[in-house]
Amino acid sequence: MARVVVDVMLKPEILDPQGKAVHGALPRLGFEGITDVRQGKRFELEVDGEVTADRLAEIHKVAETLLSNPVIEDFEVHVEPAGGSS
Amino acid sequence: MRIGVVTFPGSLDDVDARRAVTFAGAEAVALWHGDHDLNGVDAIVLPGGFSYGDYLRCGAISRFAPVMTEVVEAANKGMPVLGICNGFQILCESHLLPGALIRNDHRKFVCRDQLLRVENNTTAWTNEYDAGAEITIVLKNGEGGFVADGSTLDRLEGEGRVVARYLGENPNGSLRAIAGITNERGNVVGLMPHPEHAVEDLTGPGTDGLAFFTSAIKALANA
Repeated sequence: MARVVVDVMLKPEILDPQGKAVHGALPRLGFEGITDVRQGKRFELEVDGEVTADRLAEIHKVAETLLSNPVIEDFEVHVEPAGGSS
Repeated sequence: MRIGVVTFPGSLDDVDARRAVTFAGAEAVALWHGDHDLNGVDAIVLPGGFSYGDYLRCGAISRFAPVMTEVVEAANKGMPVLGICNGFQILCESHLLPGALIRNDHRKFVCRDQLLRVENNTTAWTNEYDAGAEITIVLKNGEGGFVADGSTLDRLEGEGRVVARYLGENPNGSLRAIAGITNERGNVVGLMPHPEHAVEDLTGPGTDGLAFFTSAIKALANA
């Protein structure tokens, strides 16, 4: 088993009301010096067997087709090193 | 004339949409998201609601529902398709319409009677309106902010593909106050406000929404 992580973020030019809400809460809690917050999504895909180049290409397709909307979001794919937290 | 209304798990306004179709004088046909079958309908409405719980992104999972294969195919052949609210989000996720709908800029759910201007009265769903008609129908959404990149917005404006625009204060942060758009052919229309809730005086802000449905009937009669 291997884990592949897909991070999805709104493109920089797209307004992120959720991130703004989080950012707005920080000063109220006494946290200073954070100038902006953007909220994204992290997907952890458990993959059967080895993560081959073909498998990785397929996961890119998953990220592009379903996990992100290319009109408003960018994504990054990385393979979690074996023997990680799980 | 038979107009189908698709029910997804989590659709809310499918019954009102079927009722509006009946009020307009067509036969309303209930379609099921899990069927690869359009039941021989002449036009399709994708109704509002929270299909698949709005999980992942609004419309992102519905887009891959079995029935959507047939909906996309029919839309590309010219069948009139109207997506209302969640239906608009599904049309964008399906790439039948450009752009996307994101959370309202003020972060609150909005529910109100909304004044709109009909900017394009040549589509399959707006031909019964006067050019520039100002109408009031219901707006209710949490993720109704229409966004697209600048060149897409310019193209939509330049080609007259903005179907309706919000008048007065922008209710959800939609770029250029866009409430609805159409595809190049004018058969597919996405609209964030709800015409199906404005088809009779007793239960809505008036009957300004009815002409969306009578327009489709007229478009089909002339086809």
